[in-house]
Amino acid sequence: MREKILTFIEKNSRIDLKELAVMLGVDEESVVTTLQEMEEEHVICGYHTIIDWDKVGIEKVSAMIEVRVTPQRGMGFDKVAERIYNYPEVNSVYLISGGFDLMVTLEGKTLREVSQFVSEKLSTLDTVLSTKTNFILKKYKDHGTVIAEGEKDERQLVQP
Amino acid sequence: MRDPLSKRIVSIEPSGIRKFFDVVNEMKDAISLGVGEPDFDTPWFIRDEGIYSLERGRTFYTSNAGLKELKEEITVYLNRRFQLSYSPAKEVIVTVGGSEAIDIAMRAMLDPGDEVLIPEPCYVSYLPCAILANGTPVSIELKAENEFRLTAQEVLDAVTDKTKLLVLPFPNNPTGAVMERKDLEAIAKVVAEKDLYVISDEIYAELTYTEEGHVSFATLPGMRERTITINGFSKSYAMTGWRLGYACGPEEIIREMTKIHQYCIMCAPTTSQYAAVEALRRGDEEVEKMREEYNGRRRYLLHRFQEMGLPCFEPYGAFYVFPDIRKLKMTSEEFATKLLEQEKVAVVPGTAFGHSGEGFIRISYAYSLSNLKIALDRMEHFIKHESDR
Repeated sequence: MREKILTFIEKNSRIDLKELAVMLGVDEESVVTTLQEMEEEHVICGYHTIIDWDKVGIEKVSAMIEVRVTPQRGMGFDKVAERIYNYPEVNSVYLISGGFDLMVTLEGKTLREVSQFVSEKLSTLDTVLSTKTNFILKKYKDHGTVIAEGEKDERQLVQP
Repeated sequence: MRDPLSKRIVSIEPSGIRKFFDVVNEMKDAISLGVGEPDFDTPWFIRDEGIYSLERGRTFYTSNAGLKELKEEITVYLNRRFQLSYSPAKEVIVTVGGSEAIDIAMRAMLDPGDEVLIPEPCYVSYLPCAILANGTPVSIELKAENEFRLTAQEVLDAVTDKTKLLVLPFPNNPTGAVMERKDLEAIAKVVAEKDLYVISDEIYAELTYTEEGHVSFATLPGMRERTITINGFSKSYAMTGWRLGYACGPEEIIREMTKIHQYCIMCAPTTSQYAAVEALRRGDEEVEKMREEYNGRRRYLLHRFQEMGLPCFEPYGAFYVFPDIRKLKMTSEEFATKLLEQEKVAVVPGTAFGHSGEGFIRISYAYSLSNLKIALDRMEHFIKHESDR
């Protein structure tokens, strides 16, 4: 049942729990308990909203920063990652295979704010060898959701 | 001047689904629950394969019965999913949708005067196709108390010495009824006893919500040589516009069907055939996802009907529910008309699918949950209002 609940709420975390229970053919109470369990176990780590900030006229600048680091003895990459992800402006930090080590995504109000973070906070860390900042020009799809307008029903009248 | 038209063609009535939807198109804020095709887009990897085949310049005809690779994949798929076994070279034909398969199967098998048993309510094409194939359609009126399943007794009651064909349209449009193994076994006995042939239209096979899953009629002992199994890509892979279906059956019947197909159609669309190969190879997971989604909506609708006190048997297939509106003391057509006028919700009266659909309406759940919710709220309001009168 966990998998089925997760599949449904991954795309729509605001679904009415009573309706979810009906759709899964189980009672509401067991949906609620399962959700609570998964929250406690941190299977469900949070509920977020996908926002097209452009539409509200609020400008945001996002960047994906490729970071090369020296892993620390005994801790590997985890300690370095922690120092980075503790900054609230950092959206995500991934350990990456390939040409660099960490992929950091960042959101700031202005270009300047983002560059400042990179030059003053990120690059100055002892373990950081180099950074490469890629600014995001346009978001097409985020968290499995296409940002553009919702689709219209284009099905035509057909018989039989 | 002479009458330019064939009397036989003129005698066939146009489909009854239409008139409501002409109105819907005109009406602002109207919600339709009438469409009989998936609301999903064809999964991207399938569309991508279609595009790729065009880029590669695969714009020629395929052989008449279909691409060799596709026929092979069809037999592998039917075996994997429904334990059917057919030879790709001689027992499969790829058609322009399941509809063409119905047509050419009847034309290949019927002589003038041969009777075709058609359980109703059902998809509206069997009857005209039987007439066009010189056959005589004989309706079997399915009953609500049997949850619109076909019983052996009903077949026996309708059989005459002229009966040649039985159409098995399950999972059913418009009722959503399915036939489980025990139901089919009873039918198989009569089929053997009365020496009948069967067209088993299994286009909704993938959309079956029972534990057992869909049971294919041709897997029953002795039925393979008497059955044309029809299936296709429209419903299961959300590929309606690609126009692709297929029929499998005994070599001699498929050979004659291919003859008709070859003269009238040549071959099914090439791009669609290439895309379909990919659908069969990698599509199981996407099909499962869509089935789960439909199943959730199905349960939601049944729950809402229960809440609003509208009786409805639990349908285990396709994407239709067929609630019983008799307690409102109006005909299906009146119900549908009033619901559209008062609440701007379009449904199809059960009678569009045969007389035995009287007292019922067809609701399709090939719509997003949010759409269904609004429509059901309006319907609830309507029913309350009409019952209070």
